[in-house]
Amino acid sequence: MSEYVLEMKKVTKTFGSVVANKDVDLSVKKGEIHALLGENGAGKSTLMNCLYGMFDSYEGEVYFDGQLVRIADSKHAIALGIGMVHQHFMLIPVLSVIENVVLGMKENKEVLDLKAAAREFTALGQKYNMEIDPWVKVEQLSVGQQQRLEILKALYRKAKLLILDEPTAVLTPGEIDSLFEMMHQLTDEGHTVIFISHKLGEIMKICDRCTVLRLGEVAACVKISDVKDHQQLASLMVGRDVALETTTKPVELRGKRLEVESLCVNNDRGIAAVKDMSFDVHGGEILGICGVDGNGQSELIGCITGLRQAASGKVVINGTDALGLNPGKILALGVSHIPEDRHKYGMIGPMTLDENLILVSYKQENYSSRGFLNWKWIAQHGKEIIKNFSVKTPGIKELAKNLSGGNQQKLVVGRELDRTPDLLIAVHPSRGLDIGATKYIQGQIVEQRDRGAAVLLVSTELDELIELSDRILVVFDGKIMGIVERASATREVLGPLMAGVHE
Amino acid sequence: MSGRAKHYLGSISFPVLSILGALILGGIIITAMGYDAAFAYRNLWGGAFGNMHAFSETLIQTTPLLFTAVSYSIAYKCGLINLGAEGQLHMGAMFGAFVGARFAFLPGGLHIVFVLLCGFAGGALWGFIVGALRMRFGASELITTIMLNYVALELLSFAVTNQPFRDMTPGAAPRMNVVIESVRLPILLPQTRLHLGLFFALLAIVVYYIFMWKTTKGYEMRVAGLNPNAGRYAGMNIGTNGVLAITLAGGVAGLGGIVNVIGLQPFLTEGFSNNFGFSGIAVALLGGCHPIGILVSGIFFGALNAGGIRMQLMAQVPAAAIMIIQGMIIVFAVSRELFIYFGLAGKSIFKRSQKAGGARDA
Amino acid sequence: MLEFAINFLAATIRTATPLLIASLGLVFSERAGIVNIGTEGIMLSGALLGCIGSLMFTSSLMGAIFAAAGGALLGLVFAFFTVTLRSSQVVVGFSMNIFAMGLTVTLNRLILNGVRVTAYPSFAIPGLSRIPLAGNALFNWPLLVYFALLMVPVSWFVLYRTNTGLKVRAVGDHPKACDTVGINVFKIRYGTIVFSGIMSGLAGSFISMGQLSLFVENMVAGGGFMALAVVVFGNYSPGSVLAASLLFGASDALKFRLLMTPAGIYYQFMNMLPYVITIMALCFFARKSNKPAFSAVPYRKD
Repeated sequence: MSEYVLEMKKVTKTFGSVVANKDVDLSVKKGEIHALLGENGAGKSTLMNCLYGMFDSYEGEVYFDGQLVRIADSKHAIALGIGMVHQHFMLIPVLSVIENVVLGMKENKEVLDLKAAAREFTALGQKYNMEIDPWVKVEQLSVGQQQRLEILKALYRKAKLLILDEPTAVLTPGEIDSLFEMMHQLTDEGHTVIFISHKLGEIMKICDRCTVLRLGEVAACVKISDVKDHQQLASLMVGRDVALETTTKPVELRGKRLEVESLCVNNDRGIAAVKDMSFDVHGGEILGICGVDGNGQSELIGCITGLRQAASGKVVINGTDALGLNPGKILALGVSHIPEDRHKYGMIGPMTLDENLILVSYKQENYSSRGFLNWKWIAQHGKEIIKNFSVKTPGIKELAKNLSGGNQQKLVVGRELDRTPDLLIAVHPSRGLDIGATKYIQGQIVEQRDRGAAVLLVSTELDELIELSDRILVVFDGKIMGIVERASATREVLGPLMAGVHE
Repeated sequence: MSGRAKHYLGSISFPVLSILGALILGGIIITAMGYDAAFAYRNLWGGAFGNMHAFSETLIQTTPLLFTAVSYSIAYKCGLINLGAEGQLHMGAMFGAFVGARFAFLPGGLHIVFVLLCGFAGGALWGFIVGALRMRFGASELITTIMLNYVALELLSFAVTNQPFRDMTPGAAPRMNVVIESVRLPILLPQTRLHLGLFFALLAIVVYYIFMWKTTKGYEMRVAGLNPNAGRYAGMNIGTNGVLAITLAGGVAGLGGIVNVIGLQPFLTEGFSNNFGFSGIAVALLGGCHPIGILVSGIFFGALNAGGIRMQLMAQVPAAAIMIIQGMIIVFAVSRELFIYFGLAGKSIFKRSQKAGGARDA
Repeated sequence: MLEFAINFLAATIRTATPLLIASLGLVFSERAGIVNIGTEGIMLSGALLGCIGSLMFTSSLMGAIFAAAGGALLGLVFAFFTVTLRSSQVVVGFSMNIFAMGLTVTLNRLILNGVRVTAYPSFAIPGLSRIPLAGNALFNWPLLVYFALLMVPVSWFVLYRTNTGLKVRAVGDHPKACDTVGINVFKIRYGTIVFSGIMSGLAGSFISMGQLSLFVENMVAGGGFMALAVVVFGNYSPGSVLAASLLFGASDALKFRLLMTPAGIYYQFMNMLPYVITIMALCFFARKSNKPAFSAVPYRKD
């Protein structure tokens, strides 16, 4: 038997004329933690989805346990012993934990015996020190618990090879450590783990070997013990030297632009999500909001921008009491908002670029008069924005959905910054973008700060926050755990706060 | 060929293929039922385009269809499915007819305007109810519009048989009060029944185009229809836009109803609508809710209606058989992938759309 | 008074039966993420095909088989367009209604023309049907009525206690997740649509052969849409769907009772009653919780 549990040879996957993976070779040894490193869009997830049978077709050969296999659907992948924890969890919120665990298993009898399954599941959970009540509905679990459930679900199906797609994105530093412990426990037992990430530090810490993907092709396959430092991996990933640090000018504070006082907001289910938050943002500074997803950030931003009602408290923007105003009135106070999910909020995919660019300003002078839109002026102005923010497009009449992710985000950022805001609210501005686009957009945000705008930056990427923010406000469970100045903002300081631990 | 020209070719070739496919399948069904399909289709064509008179009948049938198609399109652009044009059309006809038989002291032109306004109001009321129930209670417009259709039909049935709405002329069939001569629309083409309503219908299409694509309100509605979350983010009120859209949609359908009454006959009877509400939806779907598309497919469906009558007369094929063909046309028109599935149309177009949609998360 | 109550109850069961049968089928397809407004057309076709089958073979059983087969076939067509080709469920359902309307009118004029056919025979429950006064009215029904009532617990069991039911509930809520655990989303959706088609066809045949014994053009008169409303009203669960069907049936029965009394109420307003009640039911229960998250959204594998 070969020492490799998995060998992929010359795997190519195309969507229409877009090549997502080209001639990719990947060999994973039995019992190792193998990293799959690459930027967003480098083809990591596509490659793993091929392996997991999520696509109808791919070119190339896959050997599993030394056998040539052709994985056509996930049923086949599961039968071989491949388990995958997707970046977006594949759990059904309205079903109970145990129903999710047994769902689709070919061993199921037609009349389900959930009680027996629950006993087995609980025993499995005890073994790996992560018990979950099998009878609660998944929607009641925390994000961390859901991830554990996903891993247990794969183990319950007797997975030998476990693929973890960006598993740390949703975890606190403490939770990440216990995940790593568990990964070691699994490999000690003879399981193999493929760890997909673009976080260099994590890969250096726990992986044995690393395959680097760049633009859909293998850039390198290295032993981690041979790697000198982060910089070496980063260059492999991006293909050139990257300046990991940007320099920032000293802070020059102007007046208060945003004041939040004892703000309480409920989430969609009526549970308190923001609990008694108070803070200010001044012109000329970037206040970063740091925390694991789902600790009240969405509700806080929703409330400030008028998309959500507050339970109590006060929000003052540019001296005006803004609580309870509708989003249109709030934007009119000199606020620009780069929303958390551009597809959901920021743009209208089936509309053209010029139609997208007027989304917020269509009622203003020049854009329209007496209720009629001035398309001629709009097209002209739109072309300027597209040029100024280097949006790559065949023309202003292109549909927004046909642009690449980076260009879509530039479009949204361009539209919002074109309005020269006094207060810029940027939520996950670089999520899902490659390094080039990320750097560009981060540069634009810093430029707004230098111009004198107040910036409220929400992100889950610690590196981004540490690099850009003048102060970092850490949230946990809807409460402010502390506000850290730039000088003392390090992972070691922020980590425990993100987990809700005071020093 | 430029990309744009290719795009237009694509958007025309699919509806044409849909129509051809449906006519062929319809022919097979008609033949299977034991009729002479070729003879039936010849009469269908003759009844629709055979001579000037036939064509004028086609345009008469087209007129209300254009109104109801615009009605569907307005709501559709704002993200609502209005299956209630039939009921709105009835309400418009009733409101208009009630006023048409009274207020005779008004000067002729003003009286017509007043009648049209009331027709609009009747349909708008029926649309508004749908919008309000949806906004307030989240009741799906799919079902409320259909239910209100039945209610409107019952209301008309009541109105034609009971005072004070019923025409009390001795010996008159159950019908609503006579619409007086002064509100009847002028005839456009001598020797035919083609009336000024066609002009109003064309006007409705033009206004629909200007409103949806040139005004801020229309822009808001289109944003609300394509991505309500983005609309909310930009400060638009999605709920009221929806209510407004379906109210306007109802109004336009109502106009179609009253125009058809005062254009053709001086009274309102049950069954005055030749399924105009439902066929209008088909017109909008085949025409892609595009102004020109609506016009072309409106004439086509008008021709089916007009020709169907002759087909029934000459070939004894029930006019209802037209609905079999209509149903198939709509399904085919919205199922572009069907033609790819069976390899009838260019694969390149399919590949293009796949490229646009497929590679996002790669 | 007692007699009125018994008659009223009997009429309620009679009018509720087709709604119940159709909506039990719809519970499955709705749970799997399908909104089929073509149900109206399928019921109408079932009503017609039932009569044709019954006429051709002078057997109501053949009528039922014809109706079920027709429903299955139309369901298959609907599934092909909405699941395989991913066309809009609303539009395909809508055009299926138009198609069915045209087809039933044409075939009716060609074959039936108001001919009376063999209706569903009644089967008395031994013992119970002997109860004085109430027995014959309440315990002597066509088999489809017993079938409908029996299907309530059966549907509940299948939906909540079996592997298939679990898959159905999961597919409407998160099709992608189902795909990752090896469930064939398309197969489940096809299956539920065809099942719901069979049930709708049978429901239609009960309207033409259970209550009358002939086909009347457009005789379903919105029953298919009401069945959809019943599913919403019954919160996508078989038990509550039974209650909702009975309520709708009662409103229909009330209409007929009132029409027979010389109360001076215009019959058109009585006719409106079921439609108005449908709207009201939708308003008060539209925000209930069991609606699948991916209702009416086509699934794309890539």
